[in-house]
Amino acid sequence: MNAIPFPATPAISRHFRLQWEEAQGCYVLLYPEGMVKLNGSAGEILACCDGATGIDAIVSTLEAKFATTGLRDDIEGLLGHAYQQKWIV
Amino acid sequence: MARIAPPYWLLAELTYQCPLHCAFCYNPLNYDAVRNELTTGEWVRVMREARAMGAVQLGFSGGEPLARDDLEELVAEARRLGFYSNLITSGVGLNEARIAALKNAGLDHIQLSFQDSTKELNDFLSSTKTFDLKMKVARLIKQYDYPMVMNCVLHRYNLPHVGKIIEMALELGAEYLELANTQYYGWAMKNRAQLMPTLEQVREAERVVAEYRERIGDRCKLLFVVPDYFEDRPKACMNGWGAVFLGVAPDGVALPCHNARDLPGLNLPNVRDMALADIWRDSPGFNAYRGNDWMQEPCRSCDEKARDLGGCRCQAFMLAGDAAATDPVCAKSPRRGEVDKVIRFASQPAGQLGSVAVIAQPIVFRSNANSRAVTNSVTNSATDSVTTAVTTSTPR
Repeated sequence: MNAIPFPATPAISRHFRLQWEEAQGCYVLLYPEGMVKLNGSAGEILACCDGATGIDAIVSTLEAKFATTGLRDDIEGLLGHAYQQKWIV
Repeated sequence: MARIAPPYWLLAELTYQCPLHCAFCYNPLNYDAVRNELTTGEWVRVMREARAMGAVQLGFSGGEPLARDDLEELVAEARRLGFYSNLITSGVGLNEARIAALKNAGLDHIQLSFQDSTKELNDFLSSTKTFDLKMKVARLIKQYDYPMVMNCVLHRYNLPHVGKIIEMALELGAEYLELANTQYYGWAMKNRAQLMPTLEQVREAERVVAEYRERIGDRCKLLFVVPDYFEDRPKACMNGWGAVFLGVAPDGVALPCHNARDLPGLNLPNVRDMALADIWRDSPGFNAYRGNDWMQEPCRSCDEKARDLGGCRCQAFMLAGDAAATDPVCAKSPRRGEVDKVIRFASQPAGQLGSVAVIAQPIVFRSNANSRAVTNSVTNSATDSVTTAVTTSTPR
């Protein structure tokens, strides 16, 4: 199975705004007249996409934050999906 | 009743003032009688209360919202509160200084309306000379790096131009194009006989849109919804009454749907008198058609009621005379004949597809004078008795 490619230092596309929604208890992506509700891990991963941080640093940040290891495949999978959806550039 | 979910979408109709006079405007016929607009401070309170309930999307609309000189201030407050804000505009009044100020205030996107791909029809339908100005505004929107959302209301006159309208959107670099078939409320209902397309026009436009979708891929998202009258099931209007949408009219009247103030006996609350959360959860107006306890037959026992929620209350009132009736668009409605009659009538007037029919009743443009005339005259005989021919050349 081939992983879906994604940019080296992903950033949220200018067509979307990522923000934490208190009322929903989750991160959401806002766009003209719509909203994508993100699950917990997708929200945490996209919150790392600042256009300067690469995949290695994103993996180590999140593994440290949640005191775990072995997140790389999940993170790469989500970023590939996010790139396909044009959420990140 | 189960726990009531918060509103998702707040529509702030800042003013009924508008430099355009569109024949298909959904604003109420008597808009000119609505005075006493909410102040800046009152709008700020409305936005805060809606955001605290969980609303995320905010539309600034009207009328023409740019007619309010506090728009920039309201946009800045919306941004601070975390709304995703949308300016729904004709573009009239949007110069470079204002778009820079709006960008700076944090406005997220702009939806620009056009009336047609041609100068002649755009200017005729809006009863103004605005086409060149709109083209200029479209370029400003790109220059300021906004996602470009174009909107064009469709009807008998411009449906044959749908391909050219798409071409224009592509040329201007639009990312979204809403091809919005006319909804027959307010001024559009007044002009329904002139605006209603034929079945053939609708099907042909559908075919053209499908062809473009195939060809352009995701370069521009084309939104085209077949008008209600030409379907045999109604749509879940507003995604359900009091479910996601909360509109506030210029004078503070809270609206479960854009046209709720035209429904009789609703007793709509005003944001000046009540907290927004109480309006949303407890007011009789917002609970009148919430859920499905209010439904009559054939909706009540229908296995599709969860999908369309009985359709549109305003359409039920206008076509069946009862806002709680099944939307007459539905083939199961005993009043479906009313809808078919309107469609049949549309196919009769002289004139071929692609040309503009000569119709024995004049279009009534949305204007302050016409608003007062319509409001003052019970029968509207003053406008109906004047017979003028509506002719424009059909551009190639």
